[in-house]
Amino acid sequence: MKKLHFLEVEGNTKGFYSFLGLFGLISLIGVLAAYYMEHNGHWVTGMSNQVIWGTPHVFAIFLIVAASGALNIASISSVFAKTSYKPLARLSGILAISLLSGGLVVLLLDLGRPDRLIVAMTQFNFVSIFTWNILLYTGFMGIVGIYLWTMMDRPYNNLTKKAGMAAFIWRLILTTGTGSIFGFLIAREAYDSALLAPMFIIMSFSFGLAFFLLFLMGSYKYTQRELGDYIVNRLKNLLGVFVAAVLYFVIIYHVTNLYSADHRGITQFILTSGGIYTFLFWVVQIALGSLVPLALLYGPTGNNRTMVGTASVLIILGGLAQLYVIIIGGQAYPMQLFPGMEVSSSFYDGVVAVYAPSLPEFLLGLGGVGVTLLLATIAIAAMKFLPASLSDEVADPHGK
Amino acid sequence: MTINNENKNNGETASSAESSINLEASRRNFIFGSVAAAGLTVAPGMMLYQTANARSLSDFSLKDGASSKVRWGMLVNTTKEVDWNKCVEACNKEHGLGNEKDSRDDQKTQYIRVVDVKNKGTGYSMSLPVMCQHCENAPCVDVCPTGASMKRADGIVLVDRHRCIGCRYCMMACPYKARSFVHEVLTDQTENTPRGKGCVESCNMCVSRIDNGQEPACVEASEGAIIFGDLNDPETPIAKILAKHGGKQIRADLKLNPGVHYQGI
Ligand code: SF4
Ligand code: SF4
Repeated sequence: MKKLHFLEVEGNTKGFYSFLGLFGLISLIGVLAAYYMEHNGHWVTGMSNQVIWGTPHVFAIFLIVAASGALNIASISSVFAKTSYKPLARLSGILAISLLSGGLVVLLLDLGRPDRLIVAMTQFNFVSIFTWNILLYTGFMGIVGIYLWTMMDRPYNNLTKKAGMAAFIWRLILTTGTGSIFGFLIAREAYDSALLAPMFIIMSFSFGLAFFLLFLMGSYKYTQRELGDYIVNRLKNLLGVFVAAVLYFVIIYHVTNLYSADHRGITQFILTSGGIYTFLFWVVQIALGSLVPLALLYGPTGNNRTMVGTASVLIILGGLAQLYVIIIGGQAYPMQLFPGMEVSSSFYDGVVAVYAPSLPEFLLGLGGVGVTLLLATIAIAAMKFLPASLSDEVADPHGK
Repeated sequence: MTINNENKNNGETASSAESSINLEASRRNFIFGSVAAAGLTVAPGMMLYQTANARSLSDFSLKDGASSKVRWGMLVNTTKEVDWNKCVEACNKEHGLGNEKDSRDDQKTQYIRVVDVKNKGTGYSMSLPVMCQHCENAPCVDVCPTGASMKRADGIVLVDRHRCIGCRYCMMACPYKARSFVHEVLTDQTENTPRGKGCVESCNMCVSRIDNGQEPACVEASEGAIIFGDLNDPETPIAKILAKHGGKQIRADLKLNPGVHYQGI
């Protein structure tokens, strides 16, 4: 086994600047879109008093959930002492921080009053799960930062395992916290399930790893560094397991809901009569986002990098669809003011709310992805996050 | 770092939303007037009278701050033949609602709305006004990250619009869809209800009227079908009617203990 050696990505190249420019531009467009919405007010969006959280939340929560999952690789390496993941631990940490930052930027810019950030950061209501999430997110950044430092600064290497453990526990709590944002909405049928929090954790594994794998393959390709099959195969097999696990949870979630009288309405809505939500569920989330990737990863195409990349992209799209169905579909379905009765009013009681995402909302969400990629790209050029080579001789502990 | 406690706000700090009020306005014993009369018609045959030591609205004012001895509440009699839209109009007028220029209909603010309910099995139908139910265990207050959503000591739930960051989590949490988000820049506001783009708002039980010794606007417009008063004081008409005839809360199964009660639902 060759010695592992970390090296910054060469920053002073045309290729690097093109990526920086591209990601910077996407981020900038996101910020401008947010400015447009803030300046006019949310009337220019598809959001309303019925669908309160729109497309930006779908992206924000996707990124936050993926952040926790991206840390998985580092956790497996330090907490579960799997040496073959060690070369990837640093990248795993920095991607986690970048994803979380991207998600938080979107969440912040979608506030009605983002200018009051200081209020959110200084006046806490500790009863609120939202407040706890703010603290969890901030803490996550700090702990992962320390964790990275123990990995990258040799004298402190012996602390890596402890820091890794702390980060591992923290991220489980963090994802539970994110899932609980929905768990506390007692009157909304879609979210009233004990399965939601564990489902968010397993979703984070899948989304985070898909993003990680794409970033890894992309960065190695464009820096012409060697990335051996050993690593890629391990990761794609793991990814397949996660995708299957999410699928399993989704089935359990809907089946249990079908058996509970209180939740049958919303479940039938999503599964059969929900229009766009039913389409997104079956076609994008289940077929394109789960079944096709499973076939690509485990089928004969599993050794083809392009196919592994395609599978990862599909998993991400499926994940976004899944969150869209949960977040927006869950709000579109009417709340029951008088269960069992037919209700109507000038305030859209008893009817499925109409929501069509507007372009600025979408651009803001995409901007969050841009911020994530921008931060990660700068980071790998500024510091030693990526191994100079991940060829099989370096990566495979059993190799020569 | 300020730690917020949902009950710490008294009238003044509670709301910058409530601007200066003429405390000397005539507010004497109006319970004897409209509310008691309303009580009589709400529960026919029941004799209601104000005892000498029963508290009346005028005993509470901004001067003393909101008192935790009081729990303001409402009782809506849905069996009465009234045009509930009059309550909606009165509310809109009081709070200067309906002045959006750009918002779509599903983006416009409504503090109170008329909900039509129909039983599919029996065909029975009715209408009732629904506004913020001023829950005792208010989910909107619990979830609000900044403490902008708050419950005054006297049970009134409102939003401090200078502290609200517009996250809209309270709207997600409210089981009654009682809250609205201001989707655009607003002009022409009424003096007592400042409203602002990017903040959430909802029925505040006309808190500035109450602090001024008046009844909420919808109550006044309801021709006696809604009565208002202190639920904690057994001598008030509202408490007496509830004690004698009972009342129902919407979605009582959620155990939020709303301050708004209904008869006939
Ligand atoms: S009705 Fe809604 S807004 Fe009013 S107190 Fe209850 S939860 Fe809060
Ligand atoms: S929108 Fe305003 S009042 Fe509602 S939870 Fe957020 S900060 Fe609190």
